[in-house]
Amino acid sequence: MLIARSSSPLHFDMTAVMQTVTLIPGDGIGPEISTAVMRIFEAAQVPIQWDERNVTAIQGPGGNWMIPPNTKESMDRNKIGLKGPLKTPVAAGHPSMNLLLRKTFDLYANVRPCMSIEGYKTPYTDVDLVTIRENTEGEYSGIEHVIVDGVVQSIKLITEDASERIAKYAFEYAVNNQRSSVTAVHKANIMRMSDGLFLRKCREAAENYKDIKFTEMYLDTVCLNMVQDPTQFDVLVMPNLYGDILSDLCAGLIGGLGVTPSGNIGTNGVAIFESVHGTAPDIAGADLANPTALLLSAVMMLRHMGLHAHAQRIQTACFNTIQDKRVLTKDLGGNAKCSEFTAAICERVQDLD
Amino acid sequence: VQLLTDSHFNRHVFPPPPARYGGRHTVTLIPGDGIGPELANHVRELFWFCCVPVDFELVNVDSSLTAEDDINNAIMSIRRNGVALKGNLETNHNLPPSYKSRNNLLRTSLDLYANVMHCQSLPGVKTRHRNIDIMIIRENTEGEYSSLEHESVPGVVECLKIITRVNSLRIADFAFQTARQNGRRRITAVHKANIMKLGDGLFLECCKEVASGYPDIAFDTLIVDNATMQLVSRPQQFDMMLMPNLYGNVVSNVCAGLVGGPGLVPGANHGEHYALFEAGTRNTGRSIANRNSANPTAMLLASCLLLDHLKLPAYAHMIRRATLSTVTETRMHTADLGGQASTSDVIKSIRNAIQSTGPLTQSI
Repeated sequence: MLIARSSSPLHFDMTAVMQTVTLIPGDGIGPEISTAVMRIFEAAQVPIQWDERNVTAIQGPGGNWMIPPNTKESMDRNKIGLKGPLKTPVAAGHPSMNLLLRKTFDLYANVRPCMSIEGYKTPYTDVDLVTIRENTEGEYSGIEHVIVDGVVQSIKLITEDASERIAKYAFEYAVNNQRSSVTAVHKANIMRMSDGLFLRKCREAAENYKDIKFTEMYLDTVCLNMVQDPTQFDVLVMPNLYGDILSDLCAGLIGGLGVTPSGNIGTNGVAIFESVHGTAPDIAGADLANPTALLLSAVMMLRHMGLHAHAQRIQTACFNTIQDKRVLTKDLGGNAKCSEFTAAICERVQDLD
Repeated sequence: VQLLTDSHFNRHVFPPPPARYGGRHTVTLIPGDGIGPELANHVRELFWFCCVPVDFELVNVDSSLTAEDDINNAIMSIRRNGVALKGNLETNHNLPPSYKSRNNLLRTSLDLYANVMHCQSLPGVKTRHRNIDIMIIRENTEGEYSSLEHESVPGVVECLKIITRVNSLRIADFAFQTARQNGRRRITAVHKANIMKLGDGLFLECCKEVASGYPDIAFDTLIVDNATMQLVSRPQQFDMMLMPNLYGNVVSNVCAGLVGGPGLVPGANHGEHYALFEAGTRNTGRSIANRNSANPTAMLLASCLLLDHLKLPAYAHMIRRATLSTVTETRMHTADLGGQASTSDVIKSIRNAIQSTGPLTQSI
């Protein structure tokens, strides 16, 4: 019996479906680097449309501070967000916007992949690790008391649920990103109960992922070994404070916050990717900013969304431009404008097609 | 090369007990675990070789026992002798919280409130950064290491970090006095007061208060995550760093890694009445124990700090110079520094260096 072939292919090209992503440009240099990312994505023909929103704290009916409801509604609908730097006013009466976002969407995991950028030379080469930091509790619970005058206690909170959640996420991430080992960073020799609980949850999670190698290491040993040989580390998972310190340490290894991407994963599938540098008010609006951090965060976002081909092209274009050294922004050692740097990446992305 | 200065230590702690009958000092020696015992032996043998007037009172602490008798004996011995040299004691962190870290027990019982580590780049040691010279002063008794934890509700654990005005003022004062005595021009306080506003805020306030009494020394502050970022990119900008317990743990390990690793840097713990010397980064080295491959430099330099403290500068200088020249000039390196030498090779080289500089003993 002849099987007739259909004239049109039956498979449906998933990449042609446009997805909407909430974009929060932010303050200072935020708008210009967001524009840069949008232009590069357009040049790469990424099937994404942007839903631009802003985040300013407004006071809700109960008197508690919250983000604008239309931004919240946009994020809940789109699930994926890209965010530029937000300024934290000193005496504004409301908590920092980053904290508000974290609480609103329960962004429990902060993920920072740190990979050495060829062409941007630091004393460390071949760094390729990921820090996964628990982002909701730990030392940053904000619970402090003055017991008697001159004695202050700060409370570090570790819960079973949060530890279980972050441990599971770490192993999931390792599996989804072809990483081979997860290391839990702790100080259970001193903080026996709290870090001990965290460690137990990591060990339990490890049981379900027998293919991933699980190790435990003291925080001080990690620091000691990290500055001598960062290539021995793969995925690191840890509570809030250690994560804060280590993720910045690793960012320093590859060249600083200006080139480091970051992603925050929340419950219900929400994920917000952001650049972690400041708003740089001194160069805002002068077309001097370096969009690399936001761009690499956007690349992380594409990988999260499954658009690996586009992600790889844009990342390659970015790294090649930096390696080429002809068009670089000031902080990377050149004297090109942001728009020129962006144009160079756009050109390369189109050439790579 | 400018060697670590001999008069390395501050005079404002109480002086050590004077030499006993016969002009000899008694020092408590706690070998510890891992590479501790072999290195403690090397120190003893080298002191005998150099005719150093120190007798070691050996106190073994078995860290596998849950009873605290051993560690209490050690504490009593140190109270008697006033000075100690120790290796690291392993803590099995799978045991319940009632089993406290032995190292921490020593520090808190004897109120050794200041931990001092001097990280200096050494010529001949291959590192990514050069010209590092940072002195780290770390509060050693409170902060996150208070070991006060409880499970308020099943599945929710609270751990208390305690910061007190008294201890913060004390450590800040220690830092500024040490800076003055060692010619340090600038102190950087490391903190996280933007998040822990009350706790680290109090620490910072105390530091600023003390700083105002030392106008000859510059004082600035830096948040801990930025501090670590700066340390791996431009460590040469730091002179002296002052911080609470946990950040001290992180920063001292980062700095030790930057200058060549745990085998090179000694550490000192000072209290008003007692002093305890050890390898700076407090590693047990379990995986290289009894293989004759550990780097004895940190332990030997710690013993030199001990000799400085006992007011035996000539012996300290002799051993320190020989040890450092073995690392920087002869370049007899153990595996951790990328070399092939064994521990005994390094010790032999040090003994040769001492013998070649003249008579074994010098008048004090």
